[in-house]
Amino acid sequence: MSSDLTTVPKGVAGPSNFLDERIGGANFLKRNLRKVFPDHWSFLLGEIALYAFILLLLTGTFLTLWFKPGMGEIAYNGSYAPLRGVMMSEAYASSLEISFDVRGGLLVRQMHHWAALLFVSGMMVHMLRVFFTGAYRKPRELNWLIGVLLLTLALVEGLTGYSLPDDLLSGAGLRITEGVAISLPLVGTYITFFLFGGEYPGEDIISRFYSLHILLIPGLILALVSAHLVLMWVQKHTQMPGKGRTNKNVVGAPFYPAFMAKAGAYTLFTFAVVAGLATFTQINPIWLFGPYTPADISAGSQPDWYMGFLEGSLRLMPSWEINLFGTSHAGTLPLSVIIPALVPLGLVMTGLALYPFLERWITGDHREHHIAERPRNNPHRTSIGMAAITFYGVLWLLGANDELSANFQISLNWTTYIGRVLVFVGPALAYIITYRVCLGLQRSDAAVVSHGVESGVIKRLPHGEFIEIHTPPADDIEAHVRGKEAVQMLPVEADGAGIPPKGMRGPLGKLRARMSRAYGGEKIALDEGHGHEDEHAAIGSGEDRSLTH
Amino acid sequence: MTDIEHEIEQPDERAPKRVIGTPAPGTSMLGDGEPAARDAEVAGVTYQDETKARKAEKIVALCFTITFLAAIAFIISYVVFQVGSPEKTATSTLALGGSLTLALLGLAVGIVVWVRQIMPKYSLIQERHPMVSDEDTREVVAETFLQGAKESGFVKRPLLRRTLLLAAAPLGLIPLVLLRDLDNSKMPGAKFNETLRHTVWGEKTKEGKPLRLVVEGTGQPIRAADFNSPGGILSVVPEGYEHDLNALAKATLILIKFRADEIKSGTNLNWTHDGIVAYSKICTHVGCPAALYEQTTHHILCPCHQSTFDAADGAKVIFGPAARPLPQLPITVDDQGYLIAKGDFAVPPGPSYWERGDAEAEARSKGGHA
Amino acid sequence: MTRITAWRRHPLARYAVLILALALVGMVYTAFVQAGRPADAALASGKLDDVAAGKSLFEVHCASCHGMNAQGTSTGPTLIGVGAAAVDFQMSTGRMPASNPGAQVPRKPMAGWVTPDKIRQIGAFVQSLGGGPQVPGKEQVDPALGDAGKGGELFRANCIQCHNWAGAGGALTQGKYAPNLNQATPTQIYEAMATGPQAMPVFNDTTITPEEKRSMIAYITQVREQKDPGGFGLGRIGPVTEGLVGWVVGITALVLASIWITAKKRQKS
Repeated sequence: MSSDLTTVPKGVAGPSNFLDERIGGANFLKRNLRKVFPDHWSFLLGEIALYAFILLLLTGTFLTLWFKPGMGEIAYNGSYAPLRGVMMSEAYASSLEISFDVRGGLLVRQMHHWAALLFVSGMMVHMLRVFFTGAYRKPRELNWLIGVLLLTLALVEGLTGYSLPDDLLSGAGLRITEGVAISLPLVGTYITFFLFGGEYPGEDIISRFYSLHILLIPGLILALVSAHLVLMWVQKHTQMPGKGRTNKNVVGAPFYPAFMAKAGAYTLFTFAVVAGLATFTQINPIWLFGPYTPADISAGSQPDWYMGFLEGSLRLMPSWEINLFGTSHAGTLPLSVIIPALVPLGLVMTGLALYPFLERWITGDHREHHIAERPRNNPHRTSIGMAAITFYGVLWLLGANDELSANFQISLNWTTYIGRVLVFVGPALAYIITYRVCLGLQRSDAAVVSHGVESGVIKRLPHGEFIEIHTPPADDIEAHVRGKEAVQMLPVEADGAGIPPKGMRGPLGKLRARMSRAYGGEKIALDEGHGHEDEHAAIGSGEDRSLTH
Repeated sequence: MTDIEHEIEQPDERAPKRVIGTPAPGTSMLGDGEPAARDAEVAGVTYQDETKARKAEKIVALCFTITFLAAIAFIISYVVFQVGSPEKTATSTLALGGSLTLALLGLAVGIVVWVRQIMPKYSLIQERHPMVSDEDTREVVAETFLQGAKESGFVKRPLLRRTLLLAAAPLGLIPLVLLRDLDNSKMPGAKFNETLRHTVWGEKTKEGKPLRLVVEGTGQPIRAADFNSPGGILSVVPEGYEHDLNALAKATLILIKFRADEIKSGTNLNWTHDGIVAYSKICTHVGCPAALYEQTTHHILCPCHQSTFDAADGAKVIFGPAARPLPQLPITVDDQGYLIAKGDFAVPPGPSYWERGDAEAEARSKGGHA
Repeated sequence: MTRITAWRRHPLARYAVLILALALVGMVYTAFVQAGRPADAALASGKLDDVAAGKSLFEVHCASCHGMNAQGTSTGPTLIGVGAAAVDFQMSTGRMPASNPGAQVPRKPMAGWVTPDKIRQIGAFVQSLGGGPQVPGKEQVDPALGDAGKGGELFRANCIQCHNWAGAGGALTQGKYAPNLNQATPTQIYEAMATGPQAMPVFNDTTITPEEKRSMIAYITQVREQKDPGGFGLGRIGPVTEGLVGWVVGITALVLASIWITAKKRQKS
């Protein structure tokens, strides 16, 4: 067995000496090598997106070595027999070449596509974690905004990438993109003619999307991801409430060696899951779709999942169109395109971007927060989040209503009618239910703190009554629960003369005060007893507490 | 305390509901109360039991060896399995992907076991400091800023300031100006509408004859007498433009054969020939080809957003987001009996746009049919 | 100059080629005509007993909906002029006799009494009523004789809007649907195109020729028999199942991994 190191080996000392003498790296490392990272499974969700992005860069570079972003028509003569002799664009032919004539080409293409799906999913679950734990609060609002921007860019990146192979499915997506772009008031035709280099589809869009997809957008994403990580590093990660954890410290494992190894392992897990999916499940089988022509379409033409909610909202919309200035003049507003294409996306993205600031405006909370809030402890936020998820989810689901209809024997028209109702009713229901669930969980927390935990042991009292012994919760559980903090509220109470405080006057001020009263405050206090103290006589003595270890 | 209480054994393992990610009960976060750890010079670092660590080392080594073997297998698979047909590609993908997945997974699992079983348990504490800088620093920065502003003369010299702004304004516009030629047709914006309004159906062949309707995929012209089964449809493109995608994006048709008694008033009978009606295949919603035709109900359904049109009744909208009927193309037959276009659509086909106006109402007001 | 080149340049060569080509076309044509008319041939060659047998079968099993003379009733359409191909399609796919009314009659196993012979007999009877598309011959639907590349183009132009790019099927209005093509035999595919069963439109032989239909059959069968090169095909319906797998398998696996990496080990007190 080899013994441990006592001096820094030459191979490490040499280069690090070189660097230190030139850029003073040791100072940085002294402060940062043992930087503490708190441990919680949900803190790794964002890393899914990060590692998927790295994998996207690697696999994407591989694909560019063969892909030809051209729309010139050629006759296919590659090795996929059912398409031989068919006229198609160079882009589609080279995508087929990657799939059938390059060893590992199909695997890497599939990895690229799976990684793209997981990239956006990873961002989304990470964002939900940050939202529901209030980790976007001061001082992290900037990083939250960067995140919202990243999500938007990821959608554009996905859209451009989806279009590149120029197959019949991706062409359908492109056609819908064009239909939406041209519907915009005043600038619609300009945007379309500029984007497509003339009339749709033209011969430029693939090469233009290509440069956006492989250069501009990934460059922006890379820059923003770096900023995102630097900010996280500087501000230190939030931590879950727990024993010994305060708003003024970080408890966890050091960057070197533990966190580094964990992050490395998670990178490999992400790569492995993507590789596994790419090996065993086929994705985007472009050879089945055929080359693009604006004359054809397939049943079940769908966007990738992250565009599904837009597809759904387009499908749900009734047929509204108005002409602002009468018949023969310009001024056509195709509301059945503009509303579903812009409103849900706008609502979700603007809502996300503004939420930290709206919340602060309502609660008047200007403190720094480093302890993540448990979702139940801010019931209104959690309910708003669940309502938004339901809204998004209904649209997303309805984006696949043709597949639902075909596979579950429901009338296509009924899926639409039901969806039109659900998209409004669903979020309201989700709000109410979530709010009740949050309060219920708060009550059960209060019960754990004040009554203890059911031990499963039944005791018979001298007078014959049976009770279950409650034991106090373990220290760390209790600390976790007691990490709860009431949501801050503005000083809304009117003074003695009945005059509300400054800033709470006028209609807006009154609304703000009302919202603050509803949003903030303690809903269920932790030490609110149940009023039947005698039933848990077995709890609370000092000796019991020591037994938890 | 009563005696009874002492007779009852406290449950050994208390199992309060555990929140995922929180330490299990009994795990000390701060390392207090742990058995005195070997080499525990640093608080919050708890070393693993050496026998367990030794066992774990073997598992880790096994994982790493699996990765080694799988990576070798990948290289061998690359050489052995060729691609080409779907079957060969399937084998190659499975071999390459399987070995790659295994290699990555082996390394990942190995490292996790290493971290969890060999590296110490950590519960280090680091202080946080408020992000905000202290008052002195902020004051110094403010003073420095003011001093710099003063030294630069930017505030004091308005001519300099204003001409700088003047210079910046057009400079910022340059990138936008450069984008004007993105539209390769370079037509003035006023002509977009005109371009969108016309399709190649309004054009003539080189011999000056109207364009024939030809079957998409075969390019064969269609003799009206041959298209004689009621309930039949064809996807139709203009003669000579079978591979011109720009033309197809506006001019593709869906050709439907009806029994004479099935056609309703919404359809312009003058534009049909012997029960044959031609509609634009391009959906008026966002432009997908609307081509799912049900011969029993005469519904044309667009698969993208499910706009449904009644083909027997002028393709009027009966369901879904499309707001306008599919435009009908006037057709007739030439002297050889082949279907030809009588002229262009009366209204622009495809999705709506700002400059379009209510072209249907306009056509009607001119005494025509939409 | 090789011998072959010399022959090719012989003054008589062009006539020889022309005659050869004509002969070939003639042979192909006769092959098709013969293949295309088995029922007519049966009728002509005195197999009138098929019609009679078919009539009695029809009266027992079909007349309740389609009328005693196949003129149609409120529950079933007229069968005059639909041809033997329609009968063969509807009965061999088990759709007829229909069991319960719904938006659409589904494919199901054939009823117990239905045999190929009985289908032929009922077909002969319906054919005798008003003509219509015939049951195609073996060669007429032989995928091996079709041009899959050409067929693919026609398939994309005419079929996939309802049946999906890989024949996986899709939804239509009001509960109707375009069925999956995986179970359809080449003959059934041909018959469906020629007769337009239920909501499906008709693609008659004069606009989409029998050769073109055979090429489409070649494409459909070639693609459906083809192995999915990228792993499990997920129903070949595209992004919907892919997204589902991405979330259910991908994200779940990664969440489990993150829980494993960060989990604290429970220690006995």
